This record gives sequence, structure tokens and C-alpha cells, in this order.
Amino acid sequence: MSKDIAISVSHVSKSFRLPTERSWGLKQAIFNRLRGIKGFKEQRVLRDINLEVERGEFVGIVGRNGSGKSTLLKILAGVYTPEKGSVQINGKLVPFIELGVGFNPELSGRENVYLNGALLGFSNKEVDKMYNEIVEFAELEEFMDQKLKNYSSGMQVRLAFSVAIRARGDILVLDEVLAVGDEAFQRKCFNYFENLKQQKQTVVLVTHSMEHVQRFCDKAIMIENGRVVCSGNPIEVANKYSKSNALSDEEEKPNIKMSVSAKLKRENGKLTINSKIKPQAPLKDLALVFVILRNGSQITYRWASRQDCPEITKKLKKGESFSVELSLDDIFPDGNYVFQIRAVDANTGAKIASFNNVADFSVTPRDQQWAEDAFWKISTEAKLSD
Amino acid sequence: MLLKELIKTDFKLRYQGSVLGYLWAILRPMLMFAILYVVFARILRFGSEIPHYPVYLLTGTVMWSFFTECCGQGIQSVVFRGDLLRKISFPKWIVVVSNTATAVINLLINIVVVIIFALINGVQPMLSWLLVPVIIIELYALALGISFLLGAINVRYRDVGSIWDVLMQAMFYAVPIIYPISMVADTSPFMAKVLLLNPIAQCIQDMRYTLITHETITSWNYIGNHLIQLIPIAIVVVVSIVASFYFRKKSPRFAEEV
Repeated sequence: MSKDIAISVSHVSKSFRLPTERSWGLKQAIFNRLRGIKGFKEQRVLRDINLEVERGEFVGIVGRNGSGKSTLLKILAGVYTPEKGSVQINGKLVPFIELGVGFNPELSGRENVYLNGALLGFSNKEVDKMYNEIVEFAELEEFMDQKLKNYSSGMQVRLAFSVAIRARGDILVLDEVLAVGDEAFQRKCFNYFENLKQQKQTVVLVTHSMEHVQRFCDKAIMIENGRVVCSGNPIEVANKYSKSNALSDEEEKPNIKMSVSAKLKRENGKLTINSKIKPQAPLKDLALVFVILRNGSQITYRWASRQDCPEITKKLKKGESFSVELSLDDIFPDGNYVFQIRAVDANTGAKIASFNNVADFSVTPRDQQWAEDAFWKISTEAKLSD
Repeated sequence: MLLKELIKTDFKLRYQGSVLGYLWAILRPMLMFAILYVVFARILRFGSEIPHYPVYLLTGTVMWSFFTECCGQGIQSVVFRGDLLRKISFPKWIVVVSNTATAVINLLINIVVVIIFALINGVQPMLSWLLVPVIIIELYALALGISFLLGAINVRYRDVGSIWDVLMQAMFYAVPIIYPISMVADTSPFMAKVLLLNPIAQCIQDMRYTLITHETITSWNYIGNHLIQLIPIAIVVVVSIVASFYFRKKSPRFAEEV
């Protein structure tokens, strides 16, 4: 079976010439030539990138600042030409490297929409068709004939984003444009993303938000130093990304000598998590908190040993290994979940360390046995064993 | 489509915030003409032997200001639109053409003004007026060629703009705009022939010939050798070809270098 490929990137490399000394201008160029200076440094930004996006896929690209993800996006958008390798795009690609490209403060909102549309490759007629939706989405009906310079910055961004989102193409390419506008507008945007996802729109999204990656993406790749270091399941990629960030941000783990692991089981409407805790030395005044996070950040479940099972503190004090089995009603709504164990101070509850991503699971709408009005309290049975 | 939209915005924005608006498109060359007319025709008494000298002078200034405006805008276009080029992919030539389009529109308006002026001055309508578009096309082709070539170089070496400005200052005196070419021809026929090999001079003289009076000296009636007559045209063709190749070669890297 041949897959329906929307974007195919194979072995793409790209490097930039970064001017070392100011080498704009004829004088410098001649001086540099005379002194034998090349006047630039070759910087390899992308090395041998491979990426395949199928039609209908929502793909996330993550990576730290300067990892090359925006460059990759610009190559997809055709702004840069790859040095090596090839990019194949099937369908109309609408790129949003930056919001409001070509927006001119002296023009009215309406004129800007048409100009922006033209820049994105739409004809006047196509913009005509989208125009009402765009204005409605931006909630700027009464301002469209005002000059853009009289808009507040929030309004400008909203207009730009609405053009971005309403523009109909086969493939949407978005770069960190999610966090714009006030809360209500943001929510609207996220709903729209959900819609895109449900409508099987092909989307490539560059973001720093692991929540978004886990919530929207079917697939993700992580780029580091111009290489794809990890690709596939969005949860795994998000975890890896969080780890790579944590490593350099704060060293969380070493200050506690303990190892944890967990096994997950879902059957008969029950979710069973069996965690093994192995302290490597006696740990005084420590309690554990078991947390399930939805889509990377929402805490959907929390079970603290401080209140519910003081035994654990004693076991840790003795330095004994033990396991905890938590059995919960499996009434989680669809989403991606990660299981986290946190070590806290038994007296104050202050967080000491956290073991992220001990286990994960996801719920797809199909196996959801959950209704809107379900009583949202998970009953837990905890079993402690050695 | 994009081209149309960009031209529309450019033209709209050019005179925005000014009281007289689009009128400036006509007023600027007219005022320049007024100055030149007072200085050269009234005070220095140039061109008294040429019929309809004021219109003759106006034609020259209109053509010249078109050429300078066109090249000036064209050369800066790629750098000027750098923010667009860096974010969105579209054919790069659109940028150059759209930036020069305002100059073309201005020229067309001004030609109409020139014709009205000519009629007022008693110039009889001639069949040769039909050749006016051909001359405009030739001059525009030259301006575009220079814009593409220098516009592409300007991305890397910003000095180009300044060098070009100085060059144009010098060129202004090398082209028979304020002085009639006959003045040069009287003292040195050879010099006049050399001046007429400049495509800009050739266009301006041709324009005067077709529009005002057939007594005008042009490269066609003044230079005997048919091959040498073709040199101005050849320059335009060569510049256009070189420019289009160079621009095509350099344009993929505009986004990163601009």
C-alpha cells in the first residue's frame, strides 16, 4: 500500500555563511580579500534531516532555541533552498513563519487581509470567500476599515492569526504562533486546532509547549544541533525534550538516592499502576506523591502517601524496597497521560524531587467509556507490598 | 495577483498623508521642469533655435525622472522587501517589478501631461506619436535590467545604491536634458555622436523626435553607420540578459543574505 505523503524531506542539509567581521559593503569585501579572510564562517544548521508527513497527520517539531527547527520550517515553506537533499511537497502549503507577514500599518484591516492573502498565494476570489470567516474569527467586524496602526497590538495579532488559521491550504505550517491574544481567543484557537485534527488537516507545528505536542500531535520529531534526535510518538518525544531541558536547567535527580519503576495495566474498567520503589539508602522524612498528568500539564489524579498511606514514610526511613499498587477507575477522558512520582518532605509537603514519566498511556476517543456528567472522582485502592 | 496587490499598495502608500496626494506624481516633474525652464531657457537662453523648447525640455525631464525613480526604487527593492523575502516564498522578481511599477504609472500620467502641454504649445498631432510606447518599453527594459542586476548585488554590497546615485548625478549632464544636443554638435560632432550612444540619451531624443518635432537630432539621423546606430539597443539587450541570469542565480539565497 502506498502511503499518501504530503511532505517528504530527505537528507536535507543546510548551512549558513555567517559574516565574521562586518563584511557588508565593498570596502570590507576588498579588505577581507586582501587580508585573506574569508569574511564568513560556515555554520551548519541542518544535517541530514529526514521527515515524512502523511496526509492528515498533525506533526510537531520540537527543539531548543537554535536547534534549527525554524530553518527546517523555512525550507519547507520554500523560503530557503536546501543545500543538499530534497524536499517534496504535495498540495498547497500555507506557511506561517511569522504572523502578519507584510502587514502594513498604513493600510486598513481589510486591505491588509487581502495583501496578506496574496502573499500567501491566494487569489482575490479565494480571499473573498474566506474574508467573512476571518473577520468573524478575529472578532474585529467594526474595525476592518480602520488603519492597522490604530489597532492595539492584540488586535493586530488576532487579525494575523485569523488569516493564518482560516487560510485554506492542504498543508498548514505553523511556527510558535499559538500563544497569542487573550485567554478567550486562545481557547478559540485551541478548539480550532482540535477541529483541524479531527478534520484530518495536515499540519506541521513548531512549538516549545510539550502540552501542545501531546495534545494535538500524532507524531513529533525533536531536533538538536540540526539533527533529528528523536522521532515518533509525541509522548516519548515530549519526555525526551523535557529531559534535555531539565538536564541543563536543574539537576533534579541526584539529590535523592532512590530508583522507581512502574507497570501499567488497563482492564475491566480499572487502571492498575504497580510502582516499585527502591531506596538505595535510608531516607528520612520522605513521603511520595503519585500524579497522573493529562496532556503534559493538567493534573488529573493525585495520590499522596502523606495522607493516605503513612506506611510509606516508614519504609523509606528503613531503606526498604517496596511496591505500591494503585487501582483506579479507568474513567479518563481521551488524551495523553503520564505517570509521575514525586518525593516530598513528609512534614511540610515541600517537593524534593520528581521522577517524571515513569509510565505513560493514552486514551483515544474510541475506547472512552466516559460521559460528560460522570462523577469526576477516581476511587483508589492502594495495596502495599514488599 | 500578488504583483497587482503589491503595486496597488505601493501606489496607495506613496502619497499617503500628503494633502495633494496623487497630484504629486505630476507636480514633481512639473516643478523640476519649471526650475530648469527658468534657469536654462529664460536666464541662460538655451535652445532658442528649437521649436517648442519648453515642451522639449519637459519631455526630457519627465523621461529622466522616470529613469532615476525606476532605478532608484528597483535597486533598493530587494533590500527594502527583505522582511517579506525572509518569511515567505514567492517569485523574487515580483519585488523588483512591483517596486518600479509606481514609476511606470507616474510616467504614463506624465506623458499625458506632456501631450497636453504640447498641444497647448501648438504642436500638431503626428502619426509618430504611436511610437511612444515602444520608446517607453525600451527605457523601462533598461531600467529593469539595471534594477535586477544592481538590486541583486545590493543585497551583498550596500554601497551599490550610493555609487549609483553619484553615477546618476554625472549622467544627468551626459544626457542632453537641459541642453540641446545641437549645442554639442556645433562644437564637436564626434562628442554628440558618443553621447547619443547612451541608450538613455537615445530614448530621450527619440521621444522628442516622435512627440514634438522631427528636427530633433537622434542617433538614427545623426550617426551614419547602421551598425553603430544599433549600439544603444544592444546595450539594453545585453544589460537585460546579464541581469536576468545574474538575478536568477542569486535569488535563491536572498532570504538568508538580505
